[in-house]
Amino acid sequence: MAQHIFVCIAHKNGAAEDSAFELAVAAKAIDSGAGVTALVCGDGSELDSACQSVAGAYAEVWKIGNPALAYPNAEAIRCTLLNILPKGAIVLAAHDTLGMDLGPGLSIKLGSAFVPDVVGIEGLDGNDLKLIRQEFGGQVSTHIRCDLTDGAVINIRSGSFQAQDNPVSGTIVDKSKDAGDIQAKRRFMEVVAAEVGDVDITKSDVLVSVGRGIEDQENISIAQELADAIGAVVSCSRPIVDAKWLEKSRQVGTSGKTVKPKVYIALGISGSFQHMGGLKGNPFIVAINKNPKAPIFQAADIGIAQNLLEFVPELTDKIKEMK
Amino acid sequence: MEILVCVKRVPDTAENEIVVNSKGSDIERGDLVYSVNEWDNYAVEEAIQIRDNVGGTVTVVTVGDDESEEVLRREMAMGADKGILLSDDLFNGSDGKGIATILKAEIQKGKYDLIMTGALADDGAGQVGGMLAAMLDLPYASLVNKIKIVSDKMIRVGREIEGGNQEINEIDLPCVLSIQTGINEPRYVGIRGIRKVASVEIPVHKAGDLGLDGTVVGASAAKVKKVDYFVPSMGEGAEMLEGSTDEIVDKLIELLKAKGGIK
Ligand SMILES: Cc1cc2nc3c(=O)[nH]c(=O)nc-3n(C[C@H](O)[C@H](O)[C@H](O)COP(=O)(O)OP(=O)(O)OC[C@H]3O[C@@H](n4cnc5c(N)ncnc54)[C@H](O)[C@@H]3O)c2cc1C
Repeated sequence: MAQHIFVCIAHKNGAAEDSAFELAVAAKAIDSGAGVTALVCGDGSELDSACQSVAGAYAEVWKIGNPALAYPNAEAIRCTLLNILPKGAIVLAAHDTLGMDLGPGLSIKLGSAFVPDVVGIEGLDGNDLKLIRQEFGGQVSTHIRCDLTDGAVINIRSGSFQAQDNPVSGTIVDKSKDAGDIQAKRRFMEVVAAEVGDVDITKSDVLVSVGRGIEDQENISIAQELADAIGAVVSCSRPIVDAKWLEKSRQVGTSGKTVKPKVYIALGISGSFQHMGGLKGNPFIVAINKNPKAPIFQAADIGIAQNLLEFVPELTDKIKEMK
Repeated sequence: MEILVCVKRVPDTAENEIVVNSKGSDIERGDLVYSVNEWDNYAVEEAIQIRDNVGGTVTVVTVGDDESEEVLRREMAMGADKGILLSDDLFNGSDGKGIATILKAEIQKGKYDLIMTGALADDGAGQVGGMLAAMLDLPYASLVNKIKIVSDKMIRVGREIEGGNQEINEIDLPCVLSIQTGINEPRYVGIRGIRKVASVEIPVHKAGDLGLDGTVVGASAAKVKKVDYFVPSMGEGAEMLEGSTDEIVDKLIELLKAKGGIK
């Protein structure tokens, strides 16, 4: 029997996020014959235009409007979806900060299985769904079997599926009346924008980016000297900001800045998807990492499997000599 | 405030090359360096700071084997008051829901105002906190990078969302939070600190003590099963520069010049 799949749509300022269109493709990868319904929670005119924006990719769109859903508060959305979803539902969501907030608890309340951060779908085998995940920061992958008997909530990593352009004219069904009484013990107050720093890494064509492999705060100067020699700006991965060695505004990644340099030189960065998610525009990537199996070598154009603390000063010296 | 922090012993990925074993059934664990999961360490630090401000106790709990005791001791050396090890062969093969079920059983034996987990561990799942909250019918916030205690009934939390923006919420106590890195600067734990807690008794609770059996935990109850580990063939990947350091430097400079990487 063909499955029916529900997709939670993330949207902002009246437009669906890219993930909405990737998830439409992921749903078909589970079962090409599946009926697919988009679930759009929100309020007012932003909700209306968000529904419009996905009606081109989903045959059916459920619009769920309520003032309590004006901001995507996972606690409120979960409460609503429990009133709306049928028993045994298969639910897809993006593995973003909303999906991570929503998915695990939703699966428990639905009595279904949960699989987070899925990067590949191999399809159905009887009542099992075969999926691919990664572990250890992307260093190894795993095949997963998920029993669909009682339904499932599956969070998909962004960029794992390519959005497709085969437009449909979806029907928007107003389900707001079924949303029920939304009681959330967590109340959204405001969003505080990330701090602005003294340098804008998004403006630089060439970035020298440091990761945990720099090992010590004092060694940041090694990266800075290379950057000075080639006319680049220093950016970094998250652990460098967590350690307070550089400002948050220098962090590249999903919870940092999105950059589009021409050249990106990664020093001691493993290449987690959260880091690479901030690197757009297909730059020329040079990775220097002492682990020859580091995932960043899959994404890089040029790889150098060396200790950066020894290699980079030599590189900098040679460049200075030339000048 | 009574605070419980769930922690996990994991291979340290910054220290180790992770390799799949010959059968593909697991990673090679022989030579791995283990430590406490990075996110959990931030959670414990936060718990200690809250306790030091408003009073109460910090308990650290882990589901694991005998060796997992070492991470409990490490976190007690940091300042946690108590450790509890949840260990039973029956727990092997549990999926995320199984692990949350074990933790829930322990939590229901006590009375906690605040329950914390790390946002994520070595399997990148980030699921146990949200599942626990739903099982306990408590409110939940993930990826928390700021906590402000408002009263004994309510706290204010910041969640780090896309772009590093911070979403501020009020959340009723008791609640479950998953903690994001960077929320604080975890204190250093030296050998001497660990020695001080070396002889503190850490109770071990087994499936029977927690009223659990194979219908709710372990491989038999898991709806989500790991079939194998593998390393995907990822197309071409990077062109690796080989040779002497001098040769690599020269080649790299040439490439960077061609791509506009040297101004
Ligand atoms: C919700 C969420 C959002 C996140 N957002 C971001 C984000 O925006 N940006 C981000 O970067 N991360 C982000 N992360 C964290 C991310 O998951 C990784 O933990 C992080 O990117 C790892 O940083 P790293 O590569 O510097 O460190 P590691 O993964 O520890 O890698 C260090 C690398 O350095 C190499 N190395 C060590 N010593 C040397 C040496 N001497 N010479 C050469 N190489 C060496 C090692 O082989 C290793 O590959 C986020 C995580 C979560 C859960």
